[in-house]
Amino acid sequence: MAGLNDYIPIVGQSVIDDLRLVADKLKGKVVQHINSTAVGGGVAEILNRMVPLLTELGVDTKWDVIRGGGEFFSVTKKFHNALHGKREDITQHDFDIFMETSQKNVEHINTHGDIIFVHDPQPIALINKKSDNKWIWRCHIDVSNPDRTVWRFLKDFVDKYDAVVFSTPGFSQNLAVRQFLVAPSIDPLSDKNKELSRETIDAVLHKYGIVERKPIITQISRFDYLKDPVGVIKAYRLVKRHIDCQLILAGGTAADDPEAVKVFKEVMENAQNDPDIHILLLPQNDIEVNALQRASTVIIQKSIREGFGLTVAEALWKAKPVVASAVGGIPLQVTHKFSGLLCYSIEGAAFAIKQFLNSPDYARKLGQNGRAHIQSNFLLTRHLRDYMLMFLALYHPEHVVFFGEN
Amino acid sequence: MSGMINAKEPFRFYTRLHLSELTGLKASTARELLETIKTVSGSCIYHHTHRFLQQHQYLSPEPPNDFAYWVSNILGEAELGEKLASIDIIQFSTIRSLREKIIDTIEAHLQSNHSTERKFASPGAEFHFIKSTSFIFPTNHTAHNLEELADVLKKISIDSIYFHIFEARLRLEKGNNDLSCWIEKDIGNKELADEISRLDPYPYTLEDLRKMLVNIIEESLHN
Repeated sequence: MAGLNDYIPIVGQSVIDDLRLVADKLKGKVVQHINSTAVGGGVAEILNRMVPLLTELGVDTKWDVIRGGGEFFSVTKKFHNALHGKREDITQHDFDIFMETSQKNVEHINTHGDIIFVHDPQPIALINKKSDNKWIWRCHIDVSNPDRTVWRFLKDFVDKYDAVVFSTPGFSQNLAVRQFLVAPSIDPLSDKNKELSRETIDAVLHKYGIVERKPIITQISRFDYLKDPVGVIKAYRLVKRHIDCQLILAGGTAADDPEAVKVFKEVMENAQNDPDIHILLLPQNDIEVNALQRASTVIIQKSIREGFGLTVAEALWKAKPVVASAVGGIPLQVTHKFSGLLCYSIEGAAFAIKQFLNSPDYARKLGQNGRAHIQSNFLLTRHLRDYMLMFLALYHPEHVVFFGEN
Repeated sequence: MSGMINAKEPFRFYTRLHLSELTGLKASTARELLETIKTVSGSCIYHHTHRFLQQHQYLSPEPPNDFAYWVSNILGEAELGEKLASIDIIQFSTIRSLREKIIDTIEAHLQSNHSTERKFASPGAEFHFIKSTSFIFPTNHTAHNLEELADVLKKISIDSIYFHIFEARLRLEKGNNDLSCWIEKDIGNKELADEISRLDPYPYTLEDLRKMLVNIIEESLHN
């Protein structure tokens, strides 16, 4: 696994030096992360990278996972959907199940850290154990339009924390506690984002019968209505009238997710056996996803809703021109006409794709801008820095915190 | 030969890292924007007039401040957006006076352009007020003369350059950038100090600003 020094060629020595300066101020503090799973999902993925790097920086970092049965996680899944604004039938019995398991975790988990960093709603009730240590709740979910019943229930816990963290300004709520803005990040050294040889990219294109002589438009995402894959096919068809091009729709789908299977079927029907549309099921194949992104002429992310939309950061990191819907965290990553093009409709997406395909210099410039923007703002090193600054902020309420010479 | 003159006190490089804090406040119209600008903390005004500069390292010339960008691109009020974008931040030595200028600009526009008041941001596109917390750390770098100053400027983080040029002058209300203060007081080279003071740093990316500062200092060493 990559260590801090491996990031120096990417972000520069000074960025790593700054991380060490901040970490030095956290000496003696124990930071304890708590979430609901050690593997699978974005939170576990990021903690698997964060915890070793924080430890390497000298920040004493622990990671604990709560326990819960099937019933508990069914309830928290309902909470998750409801916080996203989806209608869910949630009963008092569901709240009782949540509290019963939460109480067991309160008794079971030793919250000994100076800073307890709780991720997402599942472990939120551990706050009932708060003593004189500092507690942060990290909300990774889009709560811009939550189900009010669930939000009110959770807010009683949220109000007891010292601080709350959201990924985008739009998720911010009217709360009595401090709210920090910390965007997620991509790891430039992961299989999904690291540099690839030309041979590797060519081999992947060859494997899927994709040719290089025609422009490639790509959307990488789950087969999910909220990612609008059918809309992407429609946009491609509008472009195809004028420019001979190919479309790649690649992503994962779970066999036990009936909706994903249905969406995939609809996508296949809409593709109508067009040989220039490549629909690829690539669950857990990060190198191939990386290769497809790097081989693309334009990358699209035509989501209807997004949490943050890190596939956009992945594309921009590869200096690709990006056309993306202005939803969730995407506008933080794409500033219209500066680092990509934002769209609001199928026609708008098609128009933006044509702009890029017809103006390669413009496309290249925005792609380069996008890469610079990701380098400054959405790499793992920035994420680490923000978390450490937030830990310090818990002990410093002032707006300008000055550390003198030792 | 002031390059060889050792300073009375060495220049200590600091770096400034920032954390964004959400306020939960938002605006959907130019009027709401105006009223909220009047009441938020100075940290908020500072954040929205300097965020673009720090987050968009590839943009040059001068990037717009957040207020200008939102008014132009979300409300579609290009004229007001241009007026806000063209506020010459270098002319202001305090956040307070900068805030007053922003307020005056929006108020004057609303008085003579009633249609602006009827424009709303669509849900999800509201202006969210964010404030900036600065953490200032001493680095291990010092300079005892101009030669060393130029050498450190070549390798120090852009956050450090940002701190000494922008934040020290405006947010800490020193009235001038740290480099000019040190060059005048501790090296005794007023001419060079004034040359750096006269520089408007806002139209540069931070990397370009680094190059510009190094050039100015190195040229003075050769004269």
